[in-house]
Amino acid sequence: MPTVKFTYALRRFFPSLKDTEVSSESLPDLLQSIDAHYPGIRTYVVDERGALRKHVLIFIDGEVINDRSTLSDQFSENSEIHIMQSLSGG
Amino acid sequence: MKNSLLLGTRKGLIVCRRQHGNWKISDLHFEGVPVSIAYADERNGTWWACLDHGHWGVKLHRSNDEGRTWAEVNAPAYPEGAEIKPGEAATTRYLWSVAHGGVNNPNRLWIGTEPGGLFRSDDGGENFQFIEPLWNHPSRTGWMGAGCDHAGIHSIVVDPRNEDRLLVGVSVAGVFETTDAGQTWAVRNKGMFAEYLPDPESEVGQDPHILVAAPSNPDVIWQQNHCGVYRSVDAGANWQNVSDVHGIAKFGFGIAVAHDNPDQAWVAPGTSDEKRVAFGNALCICRTDDGGQSWQTFRKGLPQEHCFDIVYRHALAAAGDDVVFGTTTGNVFTSNDRGESWDLLSNYLPMVYSVQLI
Repeated sequence: MPTVKFTYALRRFFPSLKDTEVSSESLPDLLQSIDAHYPGIRTYVVDERGALRKHVLIFIDGEVINDRSTLSDQFSENSEIHIMQSLSGG
Repeated sequence: MKNSLLLGTRKGLIVCRRQHGNWKISDLHFEGVPVSIAYADERNGTWWACLDHGHWGVKLHRSNDEGRTWAEVNAPAYPEGAEIKPGEAATTRYLWSVAHGGVNNPNRLWIGTEPGGLFRSDDGGENFQFIEPLWNHPSRTGWMGAGCDHAGIHSIVVDPRNEDRLLVGVSVAGVFETTDAGQTWAVRNKGMFAEYLPDPESEVGQDPHILVAAPSNPDVIWQQNHCGVYRSVDAGANWQNVSDVHGIAKFGFGIAVAHDNPDQAWVAPGTSDEKRVAFGNALCICRTDDGGQSWQTFRKGLPQEHCFDIVYRHALAAAGDDVVFGTTTGNVFTSNDRGESWDLLSNYLPMVYSVQLI
């Protein structure tokens, strides 16, 4: 199963946050699964249309995803997926 | 007398308490997080914090115990298919106004947002319904942003005599009225004059900065507009410019109205919309006691040099003899004599977005 890792900044809102393995075949599904582990976290990552928030980044195996609107980027069963924040604001 | 003060600031929700006549900062919530509005519902004591996380979106938090504990609730969200303009999906960018729905609708809460959507909850804030008729108003495609990318609803005035009737203020579009809790809407900009438009008397395109109803007479509505101070004595049907023709009470953002006198109001003048600094680089508050026919300027206790402060639209409040304002440079001043003299509460707070006496 792919492993999801989170920026430390999200621990402020979800103190129990840790590397989490989830069974998912797409990024939207993966975010739904993560939300089941940490209720509410999905809305911190994507907006109500499911698009990645402006200053949030998702990496799949070290590469920033291309599709910020529908999150159609693919990953494999052993992928590492990082949910990070941009260092906007200096 | 109100002895607590909620400040929504760029770095958190700051609570102040009055003890033995002196205001002191007592608590801080959401440290580091911009709080666009800190709102206490006078009906039930519920506190609301509208958060504007830079990275993580806007969030709404509720406290039933005056801030001892908070719970995040679902923030208003635009429905599938709502578009700011063709091809640009609408999402909640900012929570810009909160108003309770009146004593006869104890679970009703209104929230206004950027990019221009109004939301209503009828279950105490658990769920919010998008008010589509206002979003679908034929004028909305002509609404403009002012200092932000899109138009926003910054004012919600509920008529206590008929709680389904409200006025909302939109920057930049104007004042809109519903008498059926949001199902139908009419423009209420008659008498406003937008100096910045090719047609200053355009029906839509006016820029009210804030609307406040007189608590003692809901037919009297005060408005700090981009182009002056306006007042309506017929519940928004007609507006009169009551700016100080020879003085400084004209441009600004905030306005407060006395609880016991519909003719008494306060404004915080700024130097023109081009500069947006304190008038003459000195802080002052102007008050009218006669419905805007004349204005007095009060400076006692306020710094009179090197001031760059602007008082944002939700950051000037009055209750009883108390008047309070917070500024863009983190100054907060209080008055207990209806604005005639002022005491410094703090001059090194974050930028102040909202002020409420409770």
